[in-house]
Amino acid sequence: MTQTTQIDTQEDIFELGGKRFTNRFLLGTGKFKSKQDMADSIKASGAQIVTVALRRIDLERHEENIIEYIPEDITFLTNTSGARDAKEAVRLARLAREAGHGSWVKIEVINDSKYLLPDNAETVKATEILAADGFTVLPYISPDLYIARELVKAGAAAVMPLGSLIGSNQGLKAKEFIRVFVDEIDIPIVVDAGIGAPSHAAEAMEMGVDAVLANTAVATAKNPAQLARAFALAVKAGREGYLSGLPAKKDIASASSPLTGFLYEE
Amino acid sequence: MISFSEIQSILTDDSRERLESLARQSKQLTEQYFGRTISLYAPIYLSNYCSSHCTYCGFHIKNKINRVRLKPEQMHTEMKHVAATGIENILLLTGESYKATPTSYLIEAADIAKQYFTAVSMEVHPMETDEYKELFTNGVDGITIYQETYDRTRYKEVHLYGKKANYDFRYDAAERVCKSGMRQLSIGILLGLGPLAEDLHSLYQHLRFLEKNYPGVEYSVSFPRLRKIKGRDFAICDVDDKQFIKIICLTRILFPREGINLSTREDAKLRDNILELGITKISAGSNTSVGGYEMFPPEDQDPQFDISDKRPVDEIVQMLKKRRFDPVFTDWRPINNNRGQSPIFSHLSQKGLE
Amino acid sequence: MRVIINGQDKEFNGPKNLRALIEEVCPDSSKVIAEVNGGIVKRDAWDAHSIREDDRVELVSFVGGG
Repeated sequence: MTQTTQIDTQEDIFELGGKRFTNRFLLGTGKFKSKQDMADSIKASGAQIVTVALRRIDLERHEENIIEYIPEDITFLTNTSGARDAKEAVRLARLAREAGHGSWVKIEVINDSKYLLPDNAETVKATEILAADGFTVLPYISPDLYIARELVKAGAAAVMPLGSLIGSNQGLKAKEFIRVFVDEIDIPIVVDAGIGAPSHAAEAMEMGVDAVLANTAVATAKNPAQLARAFALAVKAGREGYLSGLPAKKDIASASSPLTGFLYEE
Repeated sequence: MISFSEIQSILTDDSRERLESLARQSKQLTEQYFGRTISLYAPIYLSNYCSSHCTYCGFHIKNKINRVRLKPEQMHTEMKHVAATGIENILLLTGESYKATPTSYLIEAADIAKQYFTAVSMEVHPMETDEYKELFTNGVDGITIYQETYDRTRYKEVHLYGKKANYDFRYDAAERVCKSGMRQLSIGILLGLGPLAEDLHSLYQHLRFLEKNYPGVEYSVSFPRLRKIKGRDFAICDVDDKQFIKIICLTRILFPREGINLSTREDAKLRDNILELGITKISAGSNTSVGGYEMFPPEDQDPQFDISDKRPVDEIVQMLKKRRFDPVFTDWRPINNNRGQSPIFSHLSQKGLE
Repeated sequence: MRVIINGQDKEFNGPKNLRALIEEVCPDSSKVIAEVNGGIVKRDAWDAHSIREDDRVELVSFVGGG
C-alpha cells in the first residue's frame, strides 16, 4: 500500500512593523450596522490587524466604546481619517497613541470630498514626522512610484496603494500601477480601498502584494461575518497561488515571415 | 527575475521554433518601446596607453604596439573627420592608464568633442564618483564600462595585473557612475570570455540592481563577441550566431525599455538581420585605432579589435532606410550652442540628410 | 467658568482639574483621550492639570473607521 505524501507547507509569515502575523487580511471597522457585526467579522476572518478612527466623544449620548468589541490581542491601526493635511494627521496620530493601544497609524490625508482621493504629498510629510517620532506608519496613497520611494526613505513600514476609489467596490482599477510597486518597492505593500469582492483580494495577492485591507464591502454586506471569512480565504488562496509560481502566459503565435531564417540560409 | 536554470534552458534549446518565438517577442517589444529608431554613433580612440594586462585585448601592456595618445590638435583632426560623416554621438575611448589619460586629459577631450558632437560618451578606466561627477559637469553624457566577465575565477585568469585586476573596483564603478549624476550608463559582458549562462545571469542581476536603485539613469547593454587578436583565441566557449541572437532577444524581453548596442565587431549580414530583433544603437564607419581616421594610414594602425562591418556611415544610413528603420544621429541638441562655426551644419544642408 | 468642549460652550463650577471635568461629562473616562488648547494631556496628568476660563478641550476616543 502506498503512503500518501504529506505536502509540506511552511507557514507563511507576514512581517509588518516588526511584528509577525499569520493572516494577510486586514479589516476596517467603519460603516458596520452594529458593533456586534464588526466583532463577528473580526472573529470570522481571523484578522489580526484592524483599523479604527478617532472622533470626538458624543457628550449627549453615551455609547459603548468600540474597543469593548475588539479582542485584546488585535493590532490597532489608527486611521487619521478626517485629517486634511499633514499637520492634522500628525495631531490625530499623537492623540491615538495616548489611548495606549500601540502606535500604529494609517495615514489617510484627504482634502477631496468627491472622490476621497488621498493627498500623496501631505502623506509623505506626515510620514516623515511620525516615523521619526517612533510610529509604525502605513501611508495610504494613490499608486505613484516616486511617492512610494519617498515613503520608503521617510521610514514607512509599508505602503498602502489604493485599488480603486474608496467605497467604489471596483476592485483593482489601479492594477498595473500596483504591479509596478510589486516590482520596484521592497517594503510591504498592502492594497487598500476599492476591494469589493474576495476575487479582487485574490487577484491582488496573486500579483505579489503582501496584504489586502477591506472595509466597505464587508460592513455593508448582508452577512458581514461570512463575507469577512470569504475575504480571508481569498487572500490565503491568492497568496498560495503567488508562492506556487503561476504558469507564464503563452506567447502568441503568428504566421509571418521568419525573423531568424537567415541563420539557416546557405 | 529570470533564474539561472531558465537561462541555461534557453541557451541549450536548439529548436528553430523557440528561437523564432524569442525573436518575435523581442521584435514586438522593441517596436513598442522604441519604434524603429536606430541610434548611430562612432568610436574615437584617444589613447592606447594601458597599465593593465588583459590577455584578450589588443592594447594590453605587454603587447608591442605603437603607443599613441592624441594631443589636442590631433583630437580636432580625428573628430572633424568623424563629424563630417554626420555622426553626432561620439564614444571616446582610452586604454586604462591613470597616468597617461588622467581625468584632466579626459575633460580636455570632452571640451573639444563638444565642439563637434552633441552627445559625448566615454569608455575609459573606472574611477571614483567625484571624478565621474567632474566628467559629467564638463559635458560627458554617458559612461560605458563592461565587467567583461562576472565570474571571479575567470576574471582573475584574464586580468593579470594593473587596476583592472581589481574585480570589485570595476564592478562598483557602474554604481558610482549612477551616483555621479551621469545620464547614461552602458554595461556588458564579452561573450565567450567567461561561462555564458553564469555571466548572463550576473549581468541581468547587476542591471536590475542598478535600474531599481538609480531609476533616473538611461541604461543600455552591449554584448561584444570575443574575436581573435593576432591569431590567438581567448574564448572559452563559442557563442555562435544563434546563441548571440538568443542573448539579444532574451535581454530585450527581460529589459524592454533599455537600449541594446551593437558594434562593428559583427559582420554586415548579421548586423542587418539582427536589427529587427532588439538592437537600438549601432556604430557606423568605425575605426578602432588611435588616430585611425586621419592620422595614420591603415598599415600603421593597431586596432583594439578587428572590424567586420566596414561600411561607411552613408551606406549604413541607406541600408537602414531601405529596411524601414529610422536612423537617428542625436536625441537632443544643446540650447546654448556654445560651439563656434561648426563644420557639421554646413555638411548637413549639403548632404540633405533627410 | 466657560469651557469649550468638543467645540461646544459649556458652563462649569470652577475651579476644576481635567479629571473632574471629564468625569462630569463622560461616565466612562477610561477610553477617553484628552487635548487641552492643542496639547495632549496624558491620563496620569489629568489630576494635576487645572482647567481655566475659555480653555478649549477636545475629548476623543476610538470609533469604527476604514
